[in-house]
Parts: sequence; structure tokens; C-alpha cells
Amino acid sequence: MSGAGLRIRSMVRKEFRQLLRDPRTRMMIFVAPLIQLVMFGYAVNTDIRNTATVVVDLDRTAESRALVDAFGASGYFEIVQRSLRSSDIARALDRGDAVVGIEIPHGFSRDLALGKAAVQIVVDGSNSSIATVAQGYAARIVQRFAAERVPHWAAGVDLRTRAWYNPNLESRVYNVPAVIGVLVLMMSLLLTALAVVRERELGTLDQLMVSPLSPAEFVAAKTLPVAFIGLVDLFLITAVAVFWFDIPMRGSLLALLPAALLYILAGLSFGLLISSVSKTQQEAFMAMFLFLLPAIILSGFFYPIRSMPLPFQWLTVLNPVRHFLEIVRAVFLKGEGIGGLWVQYLAIGLFALVAIRAAIWRLPRTIGGS
Amino acid sequence: MVQAVEAVELTRRFGDFVAVDRVSFTVARGEVFGFLGPNGAGKTTTIKMLTGLLAPSSGTARVAGHDVVTDPRSVRQQLGYMSQLFSLYSDLTVEENIRLFAGLYGVTGKRYRERRDWVLEMAGLQEYRDRLTGELALGHKQRLALGCAVLHQPPILFLDEPTSGVDPISRRSFWELIYQLAREGTTVLVSTHYMDEAEYCYRLALMHRGRLIALDRPGALRRRVTVPILEVEVDDAARAVEVLAGVPGVLEAAMFGRRVHAMVEEESSGRKEVAERLAGAGLSVSAIRPVAPSLEDVFVALVRRSSGEGSW
Repeated sequence: MSGAGLRIRSMVRKEFRQLLRDPRTRMMIFVAPLIQLVMFGYAVNTDIRNTATVVVDLDRTAESRALVDAFGASGYFEIVQRSLRSSDIARALDRGDAVVGIEIPHGFSRDLALGKAAVQIVVDGSNSSIATVAQGYAARIVQRFAAERVPHWAAGVDLRTRAWYNPNLESRVYNVPAVIGVLVLMMSLLLTALAVVRERELGTLDQLMVSPLSPAEFVAAKTLPVAFIGLVDLFLITAVAVFWFDIPMRGSLLALLPAALLYILAGLSFGLLISSVSKTQQEAFMAMFLFLLPAIILSGFFYPIRSMPLPFQWLTVLNPVRHFLEIVRAVFLKGEGIGGLWVQYLAIGLFALVAIRAAIWRLPRTIGGS
Repeated sequence: MVQAVEAVELTRRFGDFVAVDRVSFTVARGEVFGFLGPNGAGKTTTIKMLTGLLAPSSGTARVAGHDVVTDPRSVRQQLGYMSQLFSLYSDLTVEENIRLFAGLYGVTGKRYRERRDWVLEMAGLQEYRDRLTGELALGHKQRLALGCAVLHQPPILFLDEPTSGVDPISRRSFWELIYQLAREGTTVLVSTHYMDEAEYCYRLALMHRGRLIALDRPGALRRRVTVPILEVEVDDAARAVEVLAGVPGVLEAAMFGRRVHAMVEEESSGRKEVAERLAGAGLSVSAIRPVAPSLEDVFVALVRRSSGEGSW
């Protein structure tokens, strides 16, 4: 075996031993991502169900009661209060007893027959995402109700919407694949961001750097074990997503795997770069979070990129998380193959390349500065 | 024959601070060469430049005939390095540490098994080979670190304050190891701030504030102090030093453990002057006697001379 091969193999063996020997690190690597996935899978849920609703029915006819029942039966709204005074809506929303108020005005059934009925829906806009979704559901219920009651009125237009790839519009189907992306990034950053700076604090980095081990060999040896662990994590998380959360896996793992490898490489080489510019472990930790948070926010995980101001949209082009989430969602939900995702592949690959070059370049200077 | 180490005008600055200032010296093969000086004198920075861990701001250095700046990779296989920080992996076992460094230096097969057994025996760790390194006593750790540093039998060994924090008995046996290595032909460069250790070196480089103020054998260095030295036993040495500062005829007074060493211009008048001054300050003096200069006295005297205060 050549000198370089032997040196890298010796270092990789050492890295694996250190990573897997400590029970806390083992927990962090194999258990924490699963707990986080389960938490995200259940908690990060933007579907609305059983939204507390207050109803003011001033009409009190068979039609108005049928409308209220339609709301109650939908499962999206839970009627927590009925009243005959309009002011009760404001009071219930103010006190937080209800999020949605429905007011059916006097003469509703009469107007319905004439085709000009009106219903007022008031939503608590302080949580804008719930408000928007609730508004949409309420509008659909009212439309359907009207179409059934006054067929001749709505007959002209028969609107049938269908959501592709996620027919029930479940937010979990959209979110869980994205969580995979975030968890894998966190893992690869965490395991490498402290890797160099810890050795520097312990003085072991000097010992390695006076040996024939070159900076590139050092980076390779720090990279390979974490990449391997990241892939194991990816499979674990994907298995739980598919078998526990019933997320459809329409594409092929083969389309996901190269993306995951590039993405893990991007994450850990950026981690190494953070580690080699940081003087202490705390500094590295801070820097990691300073990167992680914007990377997630500007990834389209929670907030659609299209609705961001233009400069931020440009910024997301540099963000490997954004590209990986696009790949994961496309592979999972649309069954997309590598061919349709080459732009994203390229973007992640470029990020990884630049970060790893920078880390190798930076490493000898790290030592010189101590 | 090529010198083991050759430094010419070696300089390192950190911003405005000059950590090492135009230091030049050569070290012959098989020599035990010491850097002596207080913390911050530039010993560690010099060693870091020689081992390629730190780039010189100016000047050049050659180790085993290779330039440390232009050809660092050729230098690395030729040197062993042990720093003042314990720099093995605490979460690896004794044998795993040995195996790692063997791999880094390309020590494999039969030679690996021989060298591993040699390190285990030298460090007295045969029964602890599967013990985590972090659980070892400090003396054992240090011997293991030395063992890992010379696993590949480097011709040149750098030891940066290898014995700091170790008890005197362990220090002594550590130095026996250094001597053994030197006898077998290894060139050893060692830094220390222990004066007693410095006596073990064949030649000593005295460093002060980044400058090399003297370079010679320990005996020759002692002979450079030509004035008498009085050792004073007194109840409050710190105050005695204050009292003696600036007294005519007393060139220098310094703490020496719990005693005071005073350099005087002339022995009998100096003795009288010192006794009177200390008694006058209310201090109780139990003995004043002339002593041969120690390396510490040499150091004090040479620092004084290099800062231009005295002409002797």
C-alpha cells in the first residue's frame, strides 16, 4: 500500500473509533435524527384540523343550519360556540376562544334562493398561515354548499380542482422529505465543525501536521467516516419516512443517492472550513448555527422561495439546502430521475467543491496562526 | 558532513511583536541541544519553525539538509516531535495510538511489531496496552508520547518542554531515555525552563525575549560569570531582593528558591554591605556564603549584560 493510502487508512480507522466509542456521540448519530424526524413529522404540520370556530346564525332557517352543519362535518372546523349576537365573534377572537368566526346574516335563505346570499367569515390573522388555510377551506365549503342548493346558479361553471403528487394536500407529505435534507445537513456539519478545532485545542493537530500526513489527506480522513455515517443516517431516516409516515417514494433511491453524497460532502466540507477558521470549539459552534439557520430559512423548507424578495431569491441559488430539498421532494413525490435534476446536482457539487478546496487551503494556515 | 540543524537569522513576528529575533545556530549530529529561557523567550516558536508548524517571517532553516520552508515534506519523515501539550488521543487505547502513528510514518509489518514492543517496554506499558490513554498517569503518558514520536526512528528529535508538570523522579528517568536515544545517534533538540535539566545538554542556547543571548556548553557558560556570587539565607527573600536593588557594589540580586543570590563586585566588601543593608531593613540573615555560579546565575548575568547594564 502506498504511503498516502496507509496514512489515510490509519486516520480513518482512528476517526471511526473516536466517533463510535463515545456513547453520547453514538446517540447523537443514530438516535437523535430519528427522534427529530418523528417530532418534525408530527409537529411540523400546517394542515388545519378542528379549528375552534364561533357561529352567529341570525337567519335560523333550515338552510342556515345546513351550512353550519357542513362546516362542522368537514373536520376542519369545530364549532365551540353558537350565538345570536354579532359582537360575540369579536369577543371570542379577542379572547382566543376561537380562531374563525362565521356570521350568517338575517335573510340568508331568502337571498340564497335569489342567488345573492352572503356569509361573513372572520379569521384571526395573527397566525397568518392558519388564517390563509382556514379561509381557503371555508370558501370551498361555502361554494360547495351553494352549488348543491342552487344548481341552476352554479351550473355554468363546474370547477373541479385536483392536486397532483399529493392529492389530499397533506403537509406531511411535503415536509418529511425536506426534514431528511435538514437532518442530514445538521449531522454532517455537527460532526465536522468541531473536528479540526478540537484537535487544535488538544494539541493533536500539531502532532499530525509534523507527520508526513498532508492537508488533503487529513481532510480526506476527516471526510470519509462522516460521509459514511451521513449515508447510514439518510437510509435510516428515509426508511422511517416511507414505512412509518407513509411518504410515497415514487422515484428511485439511485436518483437520491448521488445527490445525498454530494450534499453530505457539501455539508461536511463547509463544516471543516468553519472548523479550520475557528479558534475555539464555541466559536465553531456559533458559526455553525449562523450558517444553519439562514440556510434552512432560505431553502424553501417552510417558506416558498418565490414569495421572498428578489435579492433573497438570488441568495438561495447559492444554498445547497435549497437544491437538495428540490431534489428530495422531486424524487419522493414526483418520481423524478437524475436527468431532470441536473441543475440542482451541479449546484450542490459546485458548493462542495469550493468548500473542500477552501478547507484544504485553509488548514496549514490554521496551524501557522496558533 | 551536513549539520543536523542549521538556522540562519531565523525571525518570527506576530504583528508588532517579535517572538524570535534573528536567531542563528547549528546543531551537530548526535548532539543534545537545549533551549533555555523563561516562558515567552521564543523557545517554542523556534521549535515550531524548525518543525515546519510555523513559517518564519524571515531567515532560513535547514533540518537534515532540507529547507523547512521550501521542502517541508522531506523534513517531516526525518523528525520526531513531542510538544508540551500531551498530544496523543485520550479516547484511544495505548496500542491504538501507537498503531495510528506507525501508520502515519509508514511503519508496518515486522518492523511495526518490533517498534510497538519497544515503545510498550520503554514506557512500561506492556500490561496497559488496551487501556485508554486518558486513564494513564502523567509520567506514563509522557513516555508513551515520546515513544510515538520516535516510533519511526527519526534522526532528529524535537522536544518542546517535554517534562513540564512531571515529578522530578519521572523527569530524571525521562532524561535517561533522551540520553539513550542520543547515544544511538539521534540528534535531540529540547527546550526547557528547568535549570537542572539544562545541565544535561551538551550545548545550551540561552534565549531571552526572542533573542539568543548565549550559546555554549553549560560549564563554559558558568565560567563567563567572573564576579563573586553570595548566597544569602534570609527570612524574607522577596523583601531582601527589593532591599538589595541599587545598593552600590551589588550588581544583581535575584530569588533562588527561598534564598537570594547576589552578584557583587568584590567578595569581602560585598558581604559586609549585604549584611548591613539587610540588617538595616530589619531582616534576619542566618548565613552568607560564596557559591559557584549556577546556570540561573549565568542567565541572570547574561540578561543583564545583553541589556547593556554591566560591563563585566
